[in-house]
Amino acid sequence: MNPPILIITGYGLNCEAESKFAWEQAGGKPDLLHVNDLLAAPDRLHRYAALMFIGGFSFGDHMTSGHVFAHRLRHHLQDELATFIEDGGLILGVCNGFQIMTKLGLVPGLGGESFKPSVALIQNDCGAFQNFWVRVRFEANSPCVFTKGLDAMDLPIRHGEGKLLPREKETLDALEAAGCVPCRYIDPATGAPTQDFPHNPNGSVNAIAGLCDPSGRIFGLMPHPEAFLFPEQHPQWHVRPRGTPAPARGAGLKLFENAVTHLREA
Amino acid sequence: MTFRIEISLRKGLRDPRGTSVVQRAKHFLHLPVKGCSTRDIYKVGVDAPDKKQREILKAFTDPVSCRSALGRLAAPPFHWLVEVAFKPGVTDNVGRTAGSLVADILDRKLASDEKVCAGIQYFLTGPDLTRADAEAIAWNLLANPLIQSAELFSPEEWAAHPVDTTLPSMPDTARPTVATIDLSGSNEDLLRISREGTLSLSLEEMRAIRNHYTEPAVRAKRASAGLPEWPTDIELECIAQTWSEHCKHKIFAADVIYRDEKGREQRFASLYKTFIKAATADVAKTRTWLVSVFTDNAGVIRFNERYHLVYKCETHNSPSALDPYGGSITGIVGVNRDPMGTGIGSELLFNTWGYCLGSPFYDGDLPQGLMHPRRIRDGVHHGVIDGGNQSGIPWVRGFERFDDRFIGKPLVFCGTLGRIPVTINGQPSEKKSIRPGDRVVMAGGRIGKDGIHGATFSSEALHTESPAQAVQIGDPITQRKLYEFLMEARDLGLYRAITDNGAGGLSSSIGEMCQFSGGAELELARAPLKYAGLQPWEIFLSEAQERMSLAVPAENMSALRDLARRRDVEISDLGEFTDDGAITLYFNERLIGRLPLAFLHDGCPKLTLEAQWTPPQVPAPRRSRTADRTRQLLAVLGALNVCSREHKARRYDGEVKGLSVVKPFVGRASDVPSDATVCRVEHASHEGVVIAEGVNPFYSDIDTYWMTASVIDEAVRRIVSAGGRPDTIAGLDNFCWPDPVQSEATPDGAYKMAQLVRANQALYDFCTAMQVPLISGKDSMKNDSTRGGRKISIPPTLLFSAVGKIDDVRRAMTLSFQQAGDLVYVLGETREELGASEFHRFLARDQKKPDHTGGDLPKLDPAAAMASYHRLHEAIHAGLVASSHTPTLGGLAVGFSLCALGGNLGADIALGGLGETLSDDALLFSESNSRFILTCAPENQNAFEAHFAGLPLVRIGTVRGDDQLVVRTRGEQPLVTADLARLRKAFTSTLGGI
Repeated sequence: MNPPILIITGYGLNCEAESKFAWEQAGGKPDLLHVNDLLAAPDRLHRYAALMFIGGFSFGDHMTSGHVFAHRLRHHLQDELATFIEDGGLILGVCNGFQIMTKLGLVPGLGGESFKPSVALIQNDCGAFQNFWVRVRFEANSPCVFTKGLDAMDLPIRHGEGKLLPREKETLDALEAAGCVPCRYIDPATGAPTQDFPHNPNGSVNAIAGLCDPSGRIFGLMPHPEAFLFPEQHPQWHVRPRGTPAPARGAGLKLFENAVTHLREA
Repeated sequence: MTFRIEISLRKGLRDPRGTSVVQRAKHFLHLPVKGCSTRDIYKVGVDAPDKKQREILKAFTDPVSCRSALGRLAAPPFHWLVEVAFKPGVTDNVGRTAGSLVADILDRKLASDEKVCAGIQYFLTGPDLTRADAEAIAWNLLANPLIQSAELFSPEEWAAHPVDTTLPSMPDTARPTVATIDLSGSNEDLLRISREGTLSLSLEEMRAIRNHYTEPAVRAKRASAGLPEWPTDIELECIAQTWSEHCKHKIFAADVIYRDEKGREQRFASLYKTFIKAATADVAKTRTWLVSVFTDNAGVIRFNERYHLVYKCETHNSPSALDPYGGSITGIVGVNRDPMGTGIGSELLFNTWGYCLGSPFYDGDLPQGLMHPRRIRDGVHHGVIDGGNQSGIPWVRGFERFDDRFIGKPLVFCGTLGRIPVTINGQPSEKKSIRPGDRVVMAGGRIGKDGIHGATFSSEALHTESPAQAVQIGDPITQRKLYEFLMEARDLGLYRAITDNGAGGLSSSIGEMCQFSGGAELELARAPLKYAGLQPWEIFLSEAQERMSLAVPAENMSALRDLARRRDVEISDLGEFTDDGAITLYFNERLIGRLPLAFLHDGCPKLTLEAQWTPPQVPAPRRSRTADRTRQLLAVLGALNVCSREHKARRYDGEVKGLSVVKPFVGRASDVPSDATVCRVEHASHEGVVIAEGVNPFYSDIDTYWMTASVIDEAVRRIVSAGGRPDTIAGLDNFCWPDPVQSEATPDGAYKMAQLVRANQALYDFCTAMQVPLISGKDSMKNDSTRGGRKISIPPTLLFSAVGKIDDVRRAMTLSFQQAGDLVYVLGETREELGASEFHRFLARDQKKPDHTGGDLPKLDPAAAMASYHRLHEAIHAGLVASSHTPTLGGLAVGFSLCALGGNLGADIALGGLGETLSDDALLFSESNSRFILTCAPENQNAFEAHFAGLPLVRIGTVRGDDQLVVRTRGEQPLVTADLARLRKAFTSTLGGI
């Protein structure tokens, strides 16, 4: 079975091609759908097993990243999204998609409080958009279905607003306790989470790179797994030790494969 | 009714925007700003009851990170407040987005008189800041008076000031009128008409227009149509724009009389036809993959059985001088529309950029009206970063060159590479066709006064009165929506032809398109406007951005309209294509102009230009045999034109689309610039494209012939070095020249023209010899500034962009030393070629005689070069090569340093074997062409050396296992000894953090 995946496009979202390819490689059956077509017929959402909010610059990141796109979805799609989540659907958000999810309150969604934002992704401490690769560790204590069994990998970041800010200290404690932090930025030399630039590219609290809801089915992250599908996308692929064969695929694909495995087993 | 919203970050959060103001105020203006906090303000001019206003306020505010108020939010402690907003009529992208949000809340579209305007407040603290200081910050850092308003308040003034809810609006006074311009007067009258109308038409051109209008047949036809005897304003404006240097390339089309240093005379009818077009015609005999060259908005070449590649590079120099951010963002989103409008529309894959600027550390006199080069640099980067990132198109190449002759006009090159399926709906995708009766459709943004006279203005030197409306601000999101809509419409077969609206707006796009059918009829009152008050000729010439023109079969109009509505893209039906040989213009059904196509496109008189080549005498710097070579290497490695520009480059998205293979930065620390960039073209294929460039304005000081040879060779060998196939390389030429027309204002015009001739001769000679076809090009010929009474002309600059194919991206090469014990070679001959080299320019600066850079320029033997490129390609393909680097600025010494930094491995190098008679200067720093630094694994030594038998390949050393780079020439004594940390520091410090 190739589970049907919905990728929403439009208004400056722009990672549709590589995201589609990632799901195809992982065994899913992705469709691209313009957000206006979805809002015109919202029940189309229920044809899909998973939904992806891709990266990009929806509405130019004006009025803070993801803000206006999230508002449009909240205004026109909130009930359908709630049903989709209740029915066991998976949601993945990457970068701008993750920002949209936090604006919608889909993550961390503590205490069943979807659609009530409790965290924000604010401007990087360095004050600017950055594109480079970071090392991310996946947490074994998280219920996240996308990161299950994964240890650590290098992934690119490409954002200006990725610093996680919880509404209150208690929010942070609660989401940590619930295992809602599936991935953190680490210092490659020590393997430990870090607050220091560039390994933590934005100054995110507790080096948080992504969040899931307590069920582990709803997950967003700042780094781009869909940008590491081929080994040659890794910035050091050409300086690997002589004689070691290149891996067949990029590590980022594993998150998509995990999702497809979950959907097949569900 | 208008209400105001102020939004602030929650207390205790960092405000990076404010921090940046403090830093820049200290850095640029040396002003004692202690702190700066910022706020977003919105003036919401919509009809909404109080309840909805509160809902809008809530929707504008992030509940976690921000707080806000209707009206005023209590001000933080401050000494000065600066409030910045856009002037009326200037594109306000944030305001537009806010308007979308308001429309969502109100569940309706905003009315034509409703809008949201965005602004920013800067609260400055610093007890020692005077009002004049705060004003300096306002105008030199925060606002550009051409496009923005800035208001300054002390705390007392702010407290007394009423809450400002006024919306900027265009004075809606002008009623549409059409004037007739009498051309019967004297020569002086004709010139005055041209000057006062910013028409940039010469006397000869004005007279050609007069002659046309006095032809009896033309008179009779106009009389019977009810048109006046003399041209209407819209006709004259359209002619001026079509005949502008920007659009007509009059200098490249001119008859040229060229005299060389021995007085020999040669005549050329059009440099473009004689050299550029002829070169490609010659190369086309062997390179059978040319699909569409020079005829469309971008060059088209075959990539594989599924796709063609589409490539175009443009410049946006004059607007970037006036407003670096707006000018450059318009440059990048503007060049995106070239491939978008090529064939029946291409997908956009990759962006390239390159800037020639004054030194960011410039501390000389700055003529009045010019911005400091560092401010220009920051703004230009920022614009292209926003334009590229928000469009979802990754950057793949970027360069910067610094020379203080660019303070008058910065050069801003922007390129876009796209792909187009070989066939679409069963038809060849590169073919445009239009039938009489097809509708003329404009899609995308609305029309304002933006960029009126942009084409004629860019054909002039910058002077203090350069028109403000020549500045436009690109809107990447509107264009992205348009682009996605067009790709869908293309694949559905809804339109027959497409082109972009660039310089000259509709007058240019429809003027070009209607040549396919033989004419067009337009009703300009149907064009959607941003605001009222535009004259018909302004509508026709406006360069408002984000617009494409389409030819649509009438029966497809309703399907196209439906798709546009669903994609939130505005389209308008402006008329129809005809076959009556003219563009006919109506406004509210009144005939206001008719221009025969034959006259419009072929009536412009040809120029005759004089070119006199006198080789310049450039003194050489003093050289010393006993200099500290390590110190020299570190200085050259840290020189502005060599050092790392990674700090700015990291702010560009280089990986969206997921196609990158060899990125712009490579190496174990990803901090060394790659020779060329390699990308996939499709996710599901290992075939790839290799992209590189050559540019060297410094060599032009000695001879543009060898400058051109060197930039062609540099671009080509960069591609080969990365693994590209030498027989698949195509080039794009972008000329940026100072005005080469001899006149009172340009007494050295004949010399500059000769420089242009020589560059073209070299372009022909080497492109044909190396079988590299030119597929697209552009020229910008008036890169001079006369502001502040001082003429500053750029050095002649030719950007040669190249694109090639690699059959399997997994074979791509980079420069990094791979493993201790690998053998190091130089392929290609090193000669005593140090003229205008990075080394000579370093010596000249060091000796306080910056012009003393003379010496021999690198020459080029194209046959020998291509023989070695083919051989190297085979070696790479056979897996014999471990790393490959092509040294450029700074020669081998800089080359070894980069290879070592890339691999984090030192090397032992001995250069004596490269030439008995070469000086140490040349061995280390000569910039001879056609060379590579190669390494191979020791076990491959025999096969590697045998493979290159007969070519100038010399083994010169070994990769070390530690971090020491040791370079000898002939003796035992090392001339250069440096560890990687020192090299890295020299390479990264100069522009680190800048």
